[in-house]
Amino acid sequence: MTMLPAAHADSFHVVHLPAADDFDFWRDCARALIQAQVPPDRISWIEPGGSGDLFAQGDHGVPALTSGAPPVRANRRFVNLARNAALHSDPERFALLYRLLWRLQENPGMMEDKADDDVRKIEELDKNVRRDSHKMHAFVRFRLVEADEAEGGDRYVAWFEPDHHILRANAGFFMRRFANMRWSILTPRGSLHWDGETMAEGPAAERSDAPQGDPMEDLWRTYYASIFNPARLKIGAMLKEMPKKYWKNMPEAALIPELVAGAQSREAKMVEKGALEFDERPETLAAIDKAISACRKCPIGLLDNHAVMGEGPQDAALMIVGEQPGDQEDIKGRPFVGPAGQLLDDHLRTAGIDRSAAYVTNAVKHFKYVQRGKRRIHQSPAAKEIDTCRWWMESERAIVQPKLVLAMGASAARGMLGKTVSISNARGAPIQLEDGSELWVTAHPSYLLRLDGAARDEQVRLFDNDLRAVRQRLDEIAQRA
Amino acid sequence: MASASTLQKLEILADAAKYDASCASSGTSKRNSVGGKGIGSTEGMGICHAYAPDGRCISLLKILLTNYCVFDCHYCINRKSSNVARARFTPQEVVDLTLAFYRRNYIEGLFLSSGIVKSSNHTMEQLVEVARILREEHDFRGYIHLKTIPEADAEIVHQAGLYADRVSINVELPTDSGLTRLAPDKNSGQIEGAMGKVTSDIAELKDARKKFKHAPRYAPAGQSTQMIVGADTATDSDIVGKASRLYDSFKLRRVYYSAFSPIPDASAVLPLKRPPLIREHRLYQSDWLMRFYGYKPAEVMQATEADGNLPLDIDPKLAWALKFREQFPVDVNRATKEQLLRVPGLGVKAVHKILASRRHRTLRLDDVARLTLSITKVRPFICTVDWRPLLLTDRADLRTMLAPKTEQLELFSA
Repeated sequence: MTMLPAAHADSFHVVHLPAADDFDFWRDCARALIQAQVPPDRISWIEPGGSGDLFAQGDHGVPALTSGAPPVRANRRFVNLARNAALHSDPERFALLYRLLWRLQENPGMMEDKADDDVRKIEELDKNVRRDSHKMHAFVRFRLVEADEAEGGDRYVAWFEPDHHILRANAGFFMRRFANMRWSILTPRGSLHWDGETMAEGPAAERSDAPQGDPMEDLWRTYYASIFNPARLKIGAMLKEMPKKYWKNMPEAALIPELVAGAQSREAKMVEKGALEFDERPETLAAIDKAISACRKCPIGLLDNHAVMGEGPQDAALMIVGEQPGDQEDIKGRPFVGPAGQLLDDHLRTAGIDRSAAYVTNAVKHFKYVQRGKRRIHQSPAAKEIDTCRWWMESERAIVQPKLVLAMGASAARGMLGKTVSISNARGAPIQLEDGSELWVTAHPSYLLRLDGAARDEQVRLFDNDLRAVRQRLDEIAQRA
Repeated sequence: MASASTLQKLEILADAAKYDASCASSGTSKRNSVGGKGIGSTEGMGICHAYAPDGRCISLLKILLTNYCVFDCHYCINRKSSNVARARFTPQEVVDLTLAFYRRNYIEGLFLSSGIVKSSNHTMEQLVEVARILREEHDFRGYIHLKTIPEADAEIVHQAGLYADRVSINVELPTDSGLTRLAPDKNSGQIEGAMGKVTSDIAELKDARKKFKHAPRYAPAGQSTQMIVGADTATDSDIVGKASRLYDSFKLRRVYYSAFSPIPDASAVLPLKRPPLIREHRLYQSDWLMRFYGYKPAEVMQATEADGNLPLDIDPKLAWALKFREQFPVDVNRATKEQLLRVPGLGVKAVHKILASRRHRTLRLDDVARLTLSITKVRPFICTVDWRPLLLTDRADLRTMLAPKTEQLELFSA
């Protein structure tokens, strides 16, 4: 960029600003300096309390405005940005503004060039100041100081620590909002006082000048803690918008660590409390049958399906428990009538167990599936769902009172025991149940259907062994009786 | 000042209100308390006065007038059959609380909802009464959002709009079948009928204001609604479709999504597992695409995967771009605004900056990098004078390259 011929290029100007946020003063000075064609590197801008450029020896003040000189050009975009950026605490801000104004004279459209370093810098300053103002609007917390009418009545006082010189610029916001209230905002950079009619400025304050509490804060903290949803912890999102530096002046922020720590246990409690809420145990199998078709205590009950009740004699010595009804069972409304049921029937016959003498049921009463086109694909029930449905199987068992329960598959075992066991560890030996009956665990017949070759042969052998052992125990129990 | 019973009631009734996602206080008419008798101002932009650890903004005092309810909606903590603690505020108590909070600069205003007590009309009258006392007796000029009860008489609902900045009616669930199943007392026809009535009231009084200076303002911040995500089987496609129909037919300001979260004493028809929070986030992103990026609902649906849901690992805009790679790369020095808005990683602001800057210089990759947050995300989809992605957009593993590397951990997985 070619520089304008500089009349004052050899002189150095030191400008002392009367206040850190005095944009109008800067504008007047800048206008005169541009007209006198003083280049940016020949000026030092010093705000109150600032040291400025150590090597700035010049003592030239601001040249007087000359009447014949060309007018200084600045577009609205620049003025708006500059007015806000001037409030930033960056000591270089006035130099930056002048540099931009200087360049604008040559290139009036340069503010649109967002990739330019100076333009980006002023936008950055403007953004920081706007954010600081916005946070001031949000995080100022007034505390009530009660006073008699004689002293002017109640006053609301706040202590706030802004990052930039934004106090005066935001007086209007609080005045418009609380026009009919007496209030003061105290900051380390100065204070504001509104009495309902006039605004007064005061000196810098300290935190101890502000009241230390307000009786409403208990209610506010209660609100803050209650409106927070512990099921959705997003601490990062909170910190991004409400950085820790603001916390010390916000009464509710003291609760945050506690709320975060308690969130997980609160959610767990919410889920636990919500899970089980059953009425009294039904006393007959027919009552269970009726109740399960209305059961919506887990999401499986919401699918398009029918509850499938267990079947068999009410005094059966053997209770056989599967996982859940499948597609066929759901349609026919009877347990173990699909492919796995047929396989089970074959193996029971081989082992010499009479299915019609056993009570056959499932750990979960509804068919859980996902729809794939026209087909409903089986889904294993979740542990939570099995635990929820356990209520029904226990009710059945309380009525049938079998001597021996055969649980087929991990879901059935969980339904019986309330915890997950490994089939390979649990099979082959009885597990004593609390009521004196015994539980045998084996694989689910549908597992056999999914295997091939040697693996299948091995599992079929184990399955038959289990059934034979059950048969043997049943005989022993029958003899004892 | 705060009696124990007020504390307890506030605890119960704020707790019960937290499942409403909206806390917006923006977009209403500009006004302030200068020249009035009371307090309050609205200056266009909403203000979040605090943030809770769930990342949500606290802008309004969001409470229920009461959580007693005669309805039995399964997803709702306040349903008749739930045994949560119950409480009830009188309208005057809510007014006092709102003013006390407002004076201390805790809030922008009030968001009042309620369980249904006695009758829908009675409840609606009580809600309107709170707004009336605030506006007429205290000259309160802050923000008021009233939840409207679709079953109440049109005349009372109309009153609500005269006092409130925003009124809202929740559609609750994206599908009619979900509503029938989970909210047996509600009826989608009635809900949409009530929304339609509010829409026409807003339009009518807006029109009247053009002719008569003193015609009353009616819900200047418009109406919004909320849908619960993850409580029924609706896919993201269904939800986006429903939302866009609602935007079109009722001129809604916003459709809020609330990921169903396990609620204490939940009805067991609900899944106990929550849908990943990220799903709600993706839906909001798709909402943004429709509202600010010029995507049509059908185009958002194109970004969904085979199961009708938006991918969780990448945002919907990137998902769309990966599916329609023939549209890329886009030349940042020549492309239209519409084309630039489709580039993953370029937001509305960045696009405006590019459009403004390129009048002054021919953009190089470095220039674009200065105008965006992450050039790596943008790079495969653009060309500049000194950059051409060559085969990048044809790479099969582009998705893996661009998807965020870290996975969201399931905090509460068992």
